[in-house]
Amino acid sequence: MGEITYLEAIREALFEEMERDANVFCLGQDIGAFGGAFKVTEGLLAKYGEQRVIDTPISEAAIIGAAAGASHMGMRPVAELQFIDFISCGYDMLTNYIATARYRAFLPCPMVVRGPSGGYVRGGPFHSQNPEAAFLHTPGLKIVYPATAADAKGLMKAAIRDDDCVLFFEHKYLYRRVKDVMPAGDHVVPIGKARVAREGTDVSIITYAATVWKALEAAEQLEREDGLSVEVIDLRTLLPMDDEAIVATVKKTNRVMIVHEDTRTGGIAGEITARINETCFEWLDAPVLRVTAHDVPLPYSPPLEDFVLPQVRDIVAVARHLARY
Amino acid sequence: MEFPAHPLDLDAMLSRPQSGDPGPPRLARPHADRLSREQRLALYRHMRMTRTLEERLVALYRQTKVVGGLFRSLGQEADAVGSAFALERRDIMSPLIRNMGSMLVKGATPLEILRQYMAKGDSPTRGRELNIHFGDLVRGFVGQISHLGDMIPVMAGIALSFKMRQEDRVVLVYIGDGATSTGAFHEGVNFAAVQQLPLVVIVENNGYAYSTPTGKQTAANSFMDKALGYGMAGVQADGNDVLAVYDVTRAAVDRARAGGGPTLVELITYRRKGHAEHDNQSYVPTGEIEWWASTNDPIDRFVAWLGEHDGVTAEELAAIDASVSEEIDAATDEAELSPMPEPLDALVGIYGVPPTLDPHWYREGVRTAVEQHERPASWGTHDG
Repeated sequence: MGEITYLEAIREALFEEMERDANVFCLGQDIGAFGGAFKVTEGLLAKYGEQRVIDTPISEAAIIGAAAGASHMGMRPVAELQFIDFISCGYDMLTNYIATARYRAFLPCPMVVRGPSGGYVRGGPFHSQNPEAAFLHTPGLKIVYPATAADAKGLMKAAIRDDDCVLFFEHKYLYRRVKDVMPAGDHVVPIGKARVAREGTDVSIITYAATVWKALEAAEQLEREDGLSVEVIDLRTLLPMDDEAIVATVKKTNRVMIVHEDTRTGGIAGEITARINETCFEWLDAPVLRVTAHDVPLPYSPPLEDFVLPQVRDIVAVARHLARY
Repeated sequence: MEFPAHPLDLDAMLSRPQSGDPGPPRLARPHADRLSREQRLALYRHMRMTRTLEERLVALYRQTKVVGGLFRSLGQEADAVGSAFALERRDIMSPLIRNMGSMLVKGATPLEILRQYMAKGDSPTRGRELNIHFGDLVRGFVGQISHLGDMIPVMAGIALSFKMRQEDRVVLVYIGDGATSTGAFHEGVNFAAVQQLPLVVIVENNGYAYSTPTGKQTAANSFMDKALGYGMAGVQADGNDVLAVYDVTRAAVDRARAGGGPTLVELITYRRKGHAEHDNQSYVPTGEIEWWASTNDPIDRFVAWLGEHDGVTAEELAAIDASVSEEIDAATDEAELSPMPEPLDALVGIYGVPPTLDPHWYREGVRTAVEQHERPASWGTHDG
């Protein structure tokens, strides 16, 4: 078995789950004959037909709302948003209807909302977003954001089988850049469990999605140039968050930074910092620091985008500061 | 029609040609004509139950036993009851706030409704949601949320599941004149039409959305006309004539069941009370409410019809009314005895797994939580 890309891994998960469970179906814009804007759903229509691979109008509220209704009846819809930036058009459905359904009405919503996310691709302000923090604040939703091809497959299969609504963020920078050999058999990665992407003892970097790879690159540079042992934690799931993994790495290195591609204010790094403060403050030898995007819409032009998004050199600089603190 | 200032010109509206492809002209009421006398009396009982139960809720509201807002459907009982009556048991509908009558037809009980309004722990939502925002998939109704329009895509999704599984089931969703202005209405109706889903969309045109009259909601001549733009059938009926409501809805339900796709049904009615009980209706022209109350009350009209066509006597109706009151009295007594919810139940059931959240360690009044979480596990300790 050869390596497959992050994108192919997601596609493989969709095929396997549609094959396994007749209740699984896909809906979204241009996902049928065209195979989706990034070709994630390529081949699904030919195999499963229009009944289970539904091309929809440009109607995010209808896509997400109809997925919710079908999920009440035991279907397991996978709704594609052409770019995750357009999830804002379905925000009301997700936060007011879906996230509350089990709690207020005992109606489960076993559904997945997935879409290409993130920057580093010259996509400009409306094709590069990372809107995960907007949903972290909504009890009732789950959020996953894989960094590796193997996790992309395993988490997609877990998300489809989950009995709650899972927002599945796919990083489009990683779609064709990272590859893995898929684990044999029915590869399911549990939702809610982080992964130690690199073991270390001096400084911890807690991150997820594309910046996992930036952090790993920084860790290698820091080891090479400074002799620092850097641990990298890939959260994989943002909601529910793996508090145990966060506490474990804090207690191990006592110096922690959080890296995310999303903007800073109100971002996920702030939440993680608060949790560390509440649960393992006394284990810290330095303040928890953040490396994030600047608080601006993501600009298009390369010098602008590269400046706004967190880069390896930013992570290296902050790690050195933490190590010296 | 003698009330010139009224926003709804009933005669003019109902004489308009029907829009889309509503099928053969309805010269008669073939569906309503097939109802038995017993079924027609059931319609009457549901309408009477709706009105009397709401009157009881007003009394409880004034006693502050209803802790939230109270929403009346006075004058709209026929459109709620007549439309829901067109569904089979296996069909599913989603009501609006003025569709208590529809829910009663679908099997919701006065006891459940009373417990909901009184925020009781054994109410259908265990005190989590207000008023008639509750549902039961077994009996075939889904609780709405307050964001009007959202139920159209959701119910279209339920209809989609029926279509995919080739189940012989129809979905009915209510929307008001006001919420036809939402994006969710447009997206949901359009999706249902494209997918030819077994969905019936009832637009209850009761003249007002809170204080906003229909003329400020849309420039269209009628809500029925909107169906044409979606390529679906659109029909209109007198919403205060319970048999007309049943007939037009039944035709739409039959069309959906036969694979004919969705229908938009506009029912013309009138909201005689305010948006909620606190609303003094200062925005309503003088005399308008009184005209509808005296001339076009749905229950009065049906009582007259039953006497004329079914030979229903005043004694028969009085017996039904008495049984309705008896049922409401018993339900009120039982609901008053119901316990309020336990605070800790607020933390249960946000996710399937794990089912329960941990209380905040410092929260007063949650004794067990304080005992167990006086300090977080790792607070101030160095033992790892």
